[in-house]
Amino acid sequence: MGDAIARRRFLGYVLAAPTLVAAAELGRTRAAAAVQRPPAPAQLPSPEITEIVDLNDMMTVAAAPTANLISVEVHADGSVSFALPRAEVGQGVTTSTAMLIAEELGVPIERVRVTLADARPELVFNQLTGGSNTTFSTYTPVRVAAAVARTRLLDAAAADFSVPAARITLDGGTVSTPGRNGVDIGKLAAKASSARVENVAVELRERESFTVIGTPRSRIDALEAVTGQKKFALDLHIPNALPTMVCRPPTVNGEVGSVANAAEVRAMPGITDVAQISTGVAVRGETFGQCIDAVSALRVSWRPGTAEGKSDDDVREELRAAELPLVPKPPLTDTVDETFTFYFRSNSALEPNCAIADVRADRAEIWSSLKSPIVAKQTIAARLGLPQRAVTVHVTEGGGSFGRKLFFDGALEAAEASQRFGKPVRLMWHRADDSRQGRTHPMATSRVRISYKGDTVLRYDQRHTSVSTDLGHGLGEIITATAARLPVGDIGFAETFFQLSQTMSYDFGFNSRLLSETDKGFNTGSMRNVYSPDVTCARELMVDELATRMDRDPYELRRAFLRDDRSRKALEKVAEAGDWGRPMPHGLAQGIAFHAEYKAVSACLVELDCRRETVERPIRNAVAGPRVTKVVFAVDVGLAVNPRGLEAQMMSCINDGIALALTSSLHLRDGHFLEASWDNYFYTRQWNTPPEVRIIVLPDSSDEPGGAGELGVAASVSAVACAYRRATGTLPTSFPINHATLSFEPKPTVPPVPQSPTDGRDHAW
Amino acid sequence: MPDHTFRVNGEQVTVDVADDVRLLWVLRDILGITGPKYGCGINVCKACTSHLNGEAFNPCAVPVGDLGPDDEITTIEGLPATVGRDLHPMQRAWLDHDVAQCGYCQPGQIMAAVALVRRVQSEGRAVTDADLDSLRNICRCGTYPRIRAAISAAATDG
Repeated sequence: MGDAIARRRFLGYVLAAPTLVAAAELGRTRAAAAVQRPPAPAQLPSPEITEIVDLNDMMTVAAAPTANLISVEVHADGSVSFALPRAEVGQGVTTSTAMLIAEELGVPIERVRVTLADARPELVFNQLTGGSNTTFSTYTPVRVAAAVARTRLLDAAAADFSVPAARITLDGGTVSTPGRNGVDIGKLAAKASSARVENVAVELRERESFTVIGTPRSRIDALEAVTGQKKFALDLHIPNALPTMVCRPPTVNGEVGSVANAAEVRAMPGITDVAQISTGVAVRGETFGQCIDAVSALRVSWRPGTAEGKSDDDVREELRAAELPLVPKPPLTDTVDETFTFYFRSNSALEPNCAIADVRADRAEIWSSLKSPIVAKQTIAARLGLPQRAVTVHVTEGGGSFGRKLFFDGALEAAEASQRFGKPVRLMWHRADDSRQGRTHPMATSRVRISYKGDTVLRYDQRHTSVSTDLGHGLGEIITATAARLPVGDIGFAETFFQLSQTMSYDFGFNSRLLSETDKGFNTGSMRNVYSPDVTCARELMVDELATRMDRDPYELRRAFLRDDRSRKALEKVAEAGDWGRPMPHGLAQGIAFHAEYKAVSACLVELDCRRETVERPIRNAVAGPRVTKVVFAVDVGLAVNPRGLEAQMMSCINDGIALALTSSLHLRDGHFLEASWDNYFYTRQWNTPPEVRIIVLPDSSDEPGGAGELGVAASVSAVACAYRRATGTLPTSFPINHATLSFEPKPTVPPVPQSPTDGRDHAW
Repeated sequence: MPDHTFRVNGEQVTVDVADDVRLLWVLRDILGITGPKYGCGINVCKACTSHLNGEAFNPCAVPVGDLGPDDEITTIEGLPATVGRDLHPMQRAWLDHDVAQCGYCQPGQIMAAVALVRRVQSEGRAVTDADLDSLRNICRCGTYPRIRAAISAAATDG
């Protein structure tokens, strides 16, 4: 019991300000817990690095020495504000953060305004949104800051009422004591403030008393979203920041040789500026439509890019050559052994790469949705030749990320173009640019070999081979700075990331997994769930294959080999709720899969219709393919702060998983990607989304939240792949399953962007 | 440059811009109406879906010169006024189902949903799975199941 209270006691601060500003150190308390975790005993059958320390721990440890503050401010009007040093890109962290503050402070959530903090270099590693780490790393510090505010308000009221603070309560934004009229916190905000920085010891609310955390809440920005009032970077009105686009090369990272008609293009209607920048030729004009015209009119000679002449098969060969060998198989054992290929995929969000930049001689101001704003600020300052302090980077609300906004390609270009033009710019990538020159999930292969004898699995080996993943957005720096302090030995940071993000959930005897990377010529990045969709898909398919060889049921085999009860509960739940094993017509099948990551567990059961009449159903300018008709998904993130938001994230991950398994990929041909449109890159659409989805948030299994934003992708893609195997009787070995069939007419690469149609009125409906 | 006069969200506007500039850019870059979003510029993603004389259409594919003084454009900003309320029933259904994630596609989704329900109701029938499957609006966050639930609810209640 004493321990339980001690675990809820923390030290925060009240800052010197005219109104109440309560603060806490981001990361510190959590880090202490993370590094003190005892190491796993060496005799574990399959020692798992992720049981000792995982990516979340590493990011939290990395934050420890920065000792910088996040603060909750109480205003005279009774509202509460907080600038979150993370990006909101749809994953719901502003809402969950408002919930934490509402809970701990005792105010209605409607009074809490969560904004996104500008880049704060003093936070060092602690302003990176990634690894599904936000709630995990901010859960305690945000509550501590709110609790400091509550404590100060209670103390101020005690002085006012002349009663002990213990007899005062703060609820619904009102401070009250028996026999007195309640006082709104706004009236106490100045009294509770401090003229100097002071330490304040607080005790966080008991879990049992929560009335906000753990209850389903709608997004705090929902009204703005449905009325068109939510502002994304391109919606901001920055004076004279005119539309700007870039004429890009016909091959990946090609470079400008010369421009034949810059003056002619500059004279086109609406166009104000044309200039070469490092990625192409930038044009600025009155409207984006006129920029598209200008980009199309430019005559540019291009120099080769970084993937010149390469096609899918060439990269497949590179991967084959880079694959690390497996040890010889144990004697007198049986094996299942297969190599799976995962083609390039685009993590393009619906909001394309974009930014506003206003660069002056001595300073610059940037607006963009950025998940690594500190690195963006540093890189932009260096590019512009300005001191870091002269560059202000505002983090705007993001229209999706999926890993894309870890990078700041648009912001860097906007800064460069604004400097070249000497004018503010509102820079946007065309969809074709975003698809062809934007970041990708690297093409990869994954070889899995499972060795078994009778009913016993002896060892599991996986060799993942991938085109290099660019981690140059700050996560690399975190890993480099902390890897030496973690029990992972002397390995590079991609391998560290790989080891810390993967876990072996089955008790399959000895297991090994290794990553090998090759070819840095592509624009890659950490697409949602990073390595796991591929690694887990390969594993889960081979688990199904093993079940067939052992003549066991895929669900029963998983259940028997999962390493802990928490994992089994998730699997059992989907099997039960999804009626695993129910008879289905020929051509339809269920698939089941499991995935653990981010201190969370997940299981997915799907039903897939692979009948010919379904696969070949006609849909204009689309691929139909197999249809997932039903999904049952169970998730346990430890503690679900906002179950409604968690369900939304799983729903999102399910649709990602379906796309990755069945339809969405980039085709590399002769140094460029063919896809240039949403009708080329087949992300899940309404005709492929499951009509029936049931998401089950399992009862909390921990006092702390794990990660959720990326969690569901791996189990979803795997369950769909397993269902395909069972429905068709064929083990799919390359993904997405339709990659071999090119289902669209590729658009030209010169000009790099297609012209907008003019027949819109004919298609009104 | 020529003047173009048409109506947007109940008000007459006149813009001075070349005939072939697509309406999406006239709305966003000249008139500052930013509810309709850019997602592709080629009438594929449907993020800019708005209404033209009560029908769903995509302003990225309509040259401003195609519009006349009697043409009435309704964007998400003007949707509530078409029913004389603070919010259109479809927007309420969206809130009830907490549909939006990042929110970028949602103005277009709602405008398409309103047109779909209007069409289905004019045919005197209920919304089917096939109707919902026919919506082409991309939601890269994958909110599709909640979109389907919200449309079905709005069609039933509205």
